[in-house]
Amino acid sequence: MTSVQQGAAPAPSNQPTDKIDATTGRVRPARRSSTGQRRPRFAKPQEGGFRKKRSVWLTVVMAVMLVYALLPLFWLFVNSTKTQDVLFNSFGLWFSGDFSLFANIGETLAYHDGEFIRWFGNTVLYVVVGAGGATFLATLAGYGLAKYDFPGKKGVFAVVLGAVAVPGTALAVPTFLMFSQLGLTNTPWAIILPSLISPFGLYLIWTYAIDSVPTELLEAARMDGAGEFRTFFTISLKLLSPGLITVLLFTMVATWNNYFLPLIMLSESTWYPLTVGLNQWNNQASTAGGEAIYNLVITGSFLTIIPIVIAFLFMQRYWQSGLAAGSVKQ
Amino acid sequence: MTTLSADAPATPRPAALRRDKRRWTGWAFVAPFLVVFALVLVAPVIYAIYLSLFKEQLIGGNAFVGISNYTQALSDPKFWDSLGRVALFLCVQVPIMLGLALFAALAIDSARLYLSSFFRISIFLPYAVPAVVATLMWGFMYGNRFGLVGNVNDFFGIQLPDPLSNNWVLLSIGNIVTWEFVGYNMLIFYAALRVISTDLYEAAELDGASQWRIIRSIKLPAIRGAIVIAGIFSVIGSFQLFNEPNILQSLAPNTISTFFTPNMYAYNLSFSGQQYNYSAAIAIIMGVVTAVIAYIVQNSGSRKEK
Repeated sequence: MTSVQQGAAPAPSNQPTDKIDATTGRVRPARRSSTGQRRPRFAKPQEGGFRKKRSVWLTVVMAVMLVYALLPLFWLFVNSTKTQDVLFNSFGLWFSGDFSLFANIGETLAYHDGEFIRWFGNTVLYVVVGAGGATFLATLAGYGLAKYDFPGKKGVFAVVLGAVAVPGTALAVPTFLMFSQLGLTNTPWAIILPSLISPFGLYLIWTYAIDSVPTELLEAARMDGAGEFRTFFTISLKLLSPGLITVLLFTMVATWNNYFLPLIMLSESTWYPLTVGLNQWNNQASTAGGEAIYNLVITGSFLTIIPIVIAFLFMQRYWQSGLAAGSVKQ
Repeated sequence: MTTLSADAPATPRPAALRRDKRRWTGWAFVAPFLVVFALVLVAPVIYAIYLSLFKEQLIGGNAFVGISNYTQALSDPKFWDSLGRVALFLCVQVPIMLGLALFAALAIDSARLYLSSFFRISIFLPYAVPAVVATLMWGFMYGNRFGLVGNVNDFFGIQLPDPLSNNWVLLSIGNIVTWEFVGYNMLIFYAALRVISTDLYEAAELDGASQWRIIRSIKLPAIRGAIVIAGIFSVIGSFQLFNEPNILQSLAPNTISTFFTPNMYAYNLSFSGQQYNYSAAIAIIMGVVTAVIAYIVQNSGSRKEK
């Protein structure tokens, strides 16, 4: 375990982490192999070793998995280009009929006075305030736990770790009842407040901060008379950024995809996020007198995943180092 | 903090006092998290326990009934039915998903793959897709009206088993969940594999160890922590199963009952049946069951570590 942990600190690939190695100087040697060759960087395709033969066989097996992962997304794209009639009378995995993607998008955005756009705005609000707030709180608290000793610290840690095991959805019903007594249901607060807590994020920042923010640096800042919070915002935050972005990514995905909580908390569609709205559109077909709008459900689904997929690809170079710190050190 | 010390008298303070002050600084960082935490996590748990001890009665209104809601749940065939279903789901789906994830992570880490970073990103991508969209997508594909199953049936003139029928629906849900989370687990394993020191591989290769041997003796033991964490998260996820069956319900109303999973049962008790107290008791039982099983997984994982 020790050798693994030493390896954990210079978490693969990230420039910021590399610099930290230089400051602490502690972990760098572990990264060199006995021949003095550095481990290939994460960005290079050659991973994990040296002079290895590529295997066509393995690539083919993985290609099957790749098809499994991407096929449904391809299906979604293909079918968002079809009108409802064509949808029912064509082969699902290829284009057919007129290319009506843009017509579908127009119809999706305009349906019911543009409620899709309203839901999109709600989702963005929940993501910005909820995921942003969750990341901020988790970073502050994780850093506090990693870098300060204070009375009751063990208790805080036990409670937070215990909370990871409590099924969030099992709490949803009691949370709803409590919020309805407080008059918070049917308001954005009912969605935002519970999203603000990410025990996993706190845990990740905590493990990350231990290695990436050198205690000597904090001591030096104290000597210079900087306040603790000023040190945090001017020095530590920058060092924490790979971990912080990892947490942001995961809380963003969680809030963007949140379904159960808004389903319970909101009875009117005004504050719906996209997920609950889409499901309502889908259910519409099975209710008496409801109009089936499968083409809009499919196009809406397609539009829903585009922003989050872009954010995902954009931030992907940061997951690595952040996750490595969190997953290795239990 | 700085402003506080500026207000302090000019005489030098004893060092002990200053250190004492520092001792409480950590709280300032942790407090905002804890306040919200108390409001949205601790308070609902306490409230749920409180609720579960009462019962709405026709005469006399809300009355304290002790543990009667719990005993009712433990002898409720619907509850056991739903619990049995998620237990079965857990035993089949979680090993398959984690096995696939482990295989993919080892393959990508092995450096024997063409285009490995493309594989890594693509297989992780489904994690970003909301459960609602994933379920609708797969649900449509399962369908025989305009789904792929219907296409295949027409094309080959055969009759595939309906994925949304009674016998198959749990498997179909398992497939959706696997699709959503296999990449996430792969990434956790892969991140752990990446930090193993290359010295170990070199030494093993000098000793003539095969790739298979390296995987078994170096890689797997080194990432045991990650495997345990992924196992715990998957167990928790299985017990909480709600989104996928709830959304599929509109596509397969006759196969997915209101007590398909414990969470759906608790939800339907509250929102269709107004049985809040009973629902709270079921939520608490599920919380305890999950915590116990997560604890067992963690213990059995770390015991082997010695």
